[in-house]
Amino acid sequence: MKVEEYQERKTEVAGWPVNLASYRLGSVYHCKADNVSPGAALARTTGSTREEAEQKALDRAGQLLARTQVRAV
Amino acid sequence: MPNYAHPETLVSTDWVAQHASDPNVRIVEVDVDTKAYDEGHVPGAMGWAWNSQLCDTLRRDILPKAQLEQLLGSSGIANDTTVVIYGDNNNWFAAWALWQLKIYGHKDVRLMNGGRKKWLAEGREISTEAPKVAAATYRATGPDNSLRAFLPQVQAALEGGTHALVDVRSPQEFTGEILAPPGLPETCQRGGHIPGARSIPWGKACNDDGTFKSADELQALYGGEGVDGSKPVIAYCRIGERSSHTWYVLKYLLGFDKVINYDGSWTEWGNLVGAPVEKGAVAKANA
Repeated sequence: MKVEEYQERKTEVAGWPVNLASYRLGSVYHCKADNVSPGAALARTTGSTREEAEQKALDRAGQLLARTQVRAV
Repeated sequence: MPNYAHPETLVSTDWVAQHASDPNVRIVEVDVDTKAYDEGHVPGAMGWAWNSQLCDTLRRDILPKAQLEQLLGSSGIANDTTVVIYGDNNNWFAAWALWQLKIYGHKDVRLMNGGRKKWLAEGREISTEAPKVAAATYRATGPDNSLRAFLPQVQAALEGGTHALVDVRSPQEFTGEILAPPGLPETCQRGGHIPGARSIPWGKACNDDGTFKSADELQALYGGEGVDGSKPVIAYCRIGERSSHTWYVLKYLLGFDKVINYDGSWTEWGNLVGAPVEKGAVAKANA
């Protein structure tokens, strides 16, 4: 099976930059959301369209990122 | 590979595509996200989980020698096998695995430049089947703890000013604004960095496609922060995997003689009673 239609784009979720990488494997779109600077994986999702897979990843990333507390230094 | 000190430790995705079925080569995927392997991997690649197969699951430590021998043997890896490791996040935990294999004396272990991301972006073939391999006998040496910093050594280095300390976390973890990468659980009691450490996030060593920057660019990056190999370097992050990445860059791409990975990292230092912590940004080296 080949990876097809690989794409990356950056967006912002809950005030944090997020990188979305999505691609198609067969008839299923896969999406991975990670936070950009450290690159930690936040969500891995699938969908029948790229938009669906991305939206699921963004929703999950939003839940996790909303928990991040920023402190004054 | 552009002017690296040890180009023999790095292979391209093309090289992997050509050698994936070579019986003397074993490809291994190690990801931050341990589900990534199951979604699809380089055909023929083994998958190792960093959080269960590459650490001591009873106490906090790297993989004990006997377990490493068992893991490598059951993966069909003999002492003379060429091991090529790759993974997500531009090879974070792939570098962590390479670091452990070096601690236990494996001679020929390499990273796939660009990691999983580059393989996917190039539209290459992937497989969901785990390969069936014939077990081999593996005998490790070491551990070579000259590659690894423990807390007393870091404390002594701080006191004596003998080492360059490199904090490879994100700038906001370094300043203490956040206690863990955004979206991840907070795993320390105090934010900030070890006093005197330079902030050089690991990702600055990579191009957009996940490959490593050229030796000249890397030299400018680290040299610009006063990290030029003239004194030993201790790299640290939060749990030791991002700093393995920087350890690899400094040791094998730039050829620094003495580079040590402090895998206790911020989850040790930032939880330690009485440990000195600096917050906020620090001035540029030589400023």
